[in-house]
Order: sequence, then C-alpha cells, then structure tokens
Amino acid sequence: MLKINCPICGNRDETEFSCGGEAHIARPIADNKLTDTAFSEYLFMRDNPKGVFLERWCHTSGCRRWFNLARDTISHEIIEIYPMGQTPKTAKGKKAYQANWRRKSKAEAASKPAKRTVK
Amino acid sequence: MANTDLDRGSRALTQKSKRYSIFSLARNAASYHQNWQQAWRHADPKPAYDAVIIGGGGHGLASAYYLASIHGMTNIAVIEKGWLGGGNTGRNTTIIRSNYMWDESAGIYEHALKLWEGLSQDLNFNVMFSQRGVLTITHSEHELKGMSRRVHAIRLNGIDSDILTPAEIKKRVPTINISPDIRYPVMGGFLQKRGGTARHDAVAWGYARAADDLGVDIIQNCEVTGLRRNGGQITGIETSKGFIKTPKVGCVVAGHSSVLADMANIRLPIASRPLQALVSEPIKPILDTVIMSNAVHMYISQSDKGEMVLGAGVDKYNSYAQTGSWPVPEHMVAAAVDLFPFLSRLRMLRQWGGIVDTCPDASPIISKTDIKGLYFNCGWGTGGFKSTPGSGHVFADLIAHDRPNSIALPYSLKRFETGYLIDEHGAAGVAH
Repeated sequence: MLKINCPICGNRDETEFSCGGEAHIARPIADNKLTDTAFSEYLFMRDNPKGVFLERWCHTSGCRRWFNLARDTISHEIIEIYPMGQTPKTAKGKKAYQANWRRKSKAEAASKPAKRTVK
Repeated sequence: MANTDLDRGSRALTQKSKRYSIFSLARNAASYHQNWQQAWRHADPKPAYDAVIIGGGGHGLASAYYLASIHGMTNIAVIEKGWLGGGNTGRNTTIIRSNYMWDESAGIYEHALKLWEGLSQDLNFNVMFSQRGVLTITHSEHELKGMSRRVHAIRLNGIDSDILTPAEIKKRVPTINISPDIRYPVMGGFLQKRGGTARHDAVAWGYARAADDLGVDIIQNCEVTGLRRNGGQITGIETSKGFIKTPKVGCVVAGHSSVLADMANIRLPIASRPLQALVSEPIKPILDTVIMSNAVHMYISQSDKGEMVLGAGVDKYNSYAQTGSWPVPEHMVAAAVDLFPFLSRLRMLRQWGGIVDTCPDASPIISKTDIKGLYFNCGWGTGGFKSTPGSGHVFADLIAHDRPNSIALPYSLKRFETGYLIDEHGAAGVAH
C-alpha cells in the first residue's frame, strides 16, 4: 500500500489516486512527417524499468490535480514528487530521466517546437 | 482455423524404463518410493548451443520441448534465473479456456486447448487437466447482449460455448446467489464445457522432464546479464555462469521482457504489473466448475486440495515486487462474498502476486525482432497459463523456421506500427 503525498492535499492512501503511466512523453508536433515506427514509439512503446520509474499520477478522489512521481518499482519507495511540466530534481530521478531511451528517440526530437527567429 | 494434422510432439520418454505407469508405481511402492529416478538432469552450460531459450517457466519449457520433439533441435538449453516454474507459472489461478472473440485469439487459444487435451499422455506426466467447465456470468441487460454477440462469434470459430439462464446456472452451481436484490444480480451466463483447470507446477515439471529426456539442457540459477551480437545477428548470451555461444535466442520471460529487450535496445509496449490471487483454507468439495464475472470482477474455483482459489484484475501501477497492493484482494473478496455468501466465514490461507507483462491490446507478442536470431514471446499479461502448450508450440515453430506460422503471424511486434491490433480488452473473460 502506497502513501502518496499529494502536493495539494497532503499524505493520502493510494486508493484515492490513479496512475497515468510513464511521464515525460511529449506528443510529436510534426506527427504527419514521422515514420510509422517513430509514431508507434510515441503511441505504444513504454519505458518499463526495474528500478526508478518516472510516472504521472492524478489525485482522482481529491483535488483531481496531476503531478509527477519518481518511484522504485522493486521496493515501491517514492523518491520524489514534482509538478507537471518539470523534470526530477533528485539524483536518482535525474539519472532515470536521462537513462530513458525516449530522450534519443525521433518522436521526442519531433516534439520540440522548431526555433524561430523573431525579426 | 481447425488444424487436424496437428503434430503434438508426443515423443517424450523414449527410454521405456523411465516411463511413469501403473507398473512403475507398483515397483516403486515395493521399495517405499525411495528409488524414483531423477525427473531431469542437473545441467551445466555447454560453451555453445543451436538455440537457447531464456526463461524456465511453462512457456519456455514448452518451447524447448516442441523444438526438440517436433523440429529435432536437441542441442538446445533453457536458462532460468531462479527455479523452474517459480515465476508466473506457479503464481496463477490455473484457469484454461479458449472462448475468445476475435479470430486471431480463437486461433492461438484453441490451438492451446487442443494440446491440453491429451497433454498428460503426450508428456507421460499427469498435469491433472480437468475439463470442469468455465462459466462466465453476466449482471446487466447490456452485458447479456454483449455476451450473445461473443458467444455467436466464438461458435462461428468452432469453439464450444453455451448460453445459460440464471435457473440453469443455479442448477449447475447450487451455492451461487441468484437473488434479484443483490448489488450485481446474476442475469445469465455462458459456459465453455471444455474449459477447466490444470496443476500448474506439473505443467512446468512435465515439460521439463520430457524436454530433458530428448536431450535439452535445463540450467537453473543462471541469470542472463547481456545479449551479445555482431551487427544485426545475435551471437550469444552473457550469463552468471559465463558466455554461451548461440545463433538463436528465444526470450520467454514474462514480466522481465522489457529488461531483456533493453539489453538489445529493442522497445516493447509492455507494462509489468502484479496480478494477485489468493486461496482460502481448504474445505470439502463445494464448487466443481470455474466461475468468472466481469462486472463484479473476480474468478473463483476450488482446487483439488479443497482451497477456494480467487483472482481478479491487475494492480494499477508498474511493479517488479512479486506481491501487490492490499486494495486489490480486498475488492476481490468483497465481490466473491457477494456472489457466494457462504465464503464469508472462510479464512484466507495464502496470497501471492506474479509480475505479468501487459500489452496495450491485451494480446501477446510472438515475434521476430530487427536483430536476426532474437525472438520474443511475451505480453501474455493475465492470460498466460491457459496458452502454455499453444504458445510453446508456435514459438518453437517460429524459432526453428525463422518465420511465423499462420497462428503466430498476427502476433508480430510490427502490429503496433501497422495498427492491426487484436483488442481483447472487452472480449476477454475479465477486464485487464
């Protein structure tokens, strides 16, 4: 049984939350230019580490806010809870973020907005 | 879909002196059962094999057995990190059925069920396959309509399936509560008479003994630490007992599939989740079939020892700890007591969790990969045990010929690129 410290509501039982799976999957912007393989990486392929896993959770039966959570999938220890749109701050969390194959994937590269020069 | 000339691979126990029979039982009884021969050899890894199967569960051992018996590949090994059948093979509720809706699923699960029928004879090992029937019950008008559609689809594929009314269900299962005033009243159900249960450990042991008899090396307590390849071709595996050279590697490791895939830089759509089950204290025979319910979300049967065996859906977050969280069994027990009020006085004896490899479409992956000689058989999720013989049969065929047969073809990893998914979420017996 997990006790999850919701950033808004505080420490609550896991039954109040929903797990939204892997965090930091950005939708490719130019998805019509992606190959089927690259798009399937975005749509279906998932990081499934034995160790630290970065995932999204929602406090469904409480404030209904989403947040990110770094958790060990062997010990279930919650390492870090951090807001949506940010990357982990702890050493273990940072390592898991960098180790994810998605950082080098075509789908992720296609998710970053193209740089525009403002005249 | 029907495969009448199915090669069952029944070539096990070539040495007559080792065969189990009424005479060997009598002979060994005379010596107080002190002289039974070893079921399989202790094997240390040879430097090279023609093929290596990673994972000594039911599926892995079945794959090795069919590779040896049907395809004549006897210079092969099964590598197991722990002990045989110590993973999900020994951690399920042993339900066997083939009443799936889609044609592709009917193909693989019915293939498995045909092999189950007669498996004890094929292996010369009693797997205690009992066709006690699997009865799925429904609790609303909508579910009833959905059920009729499923039953007709199943029957069109030549698989037995019968619709039952609540009165007929009560006649078959006198202990069930069919009163209309419960939270989820029983409104009907459908029965697969050929479905049932088997002894899970015996399946692993039977396949191991038969494969060993054909010359397969079964290497336990040997962990795979890396996959070695030369360009796009697999050349061998690194293990805790040293390097093993081989041109073909079949990965059949269920919950740890993503860990192995990472070693080869292959992406899988799999999430590893705990699937829990529990048994009550043993009681006298009271339930002679398997009951499943989608709406109240649980399944129940009675083991030969008398324990009531209960299971439900997967936990909601990824985990590699073979345990699971408390709310799941709590929900499972509440649902079971609603349907079978007599269960409320029973005490729970054991609870366990297995790490299942769930796929986005709730169907397995039996596939080649971009690396030549590397094959994956995974993604069985919550439905692995029932398919053990079929899975091993088609996977052995894939490894031997380096091309999938018509049953395995739809289960390619490529389906996540083409979009040809086999969505069994709604069509399976219980939600995943």
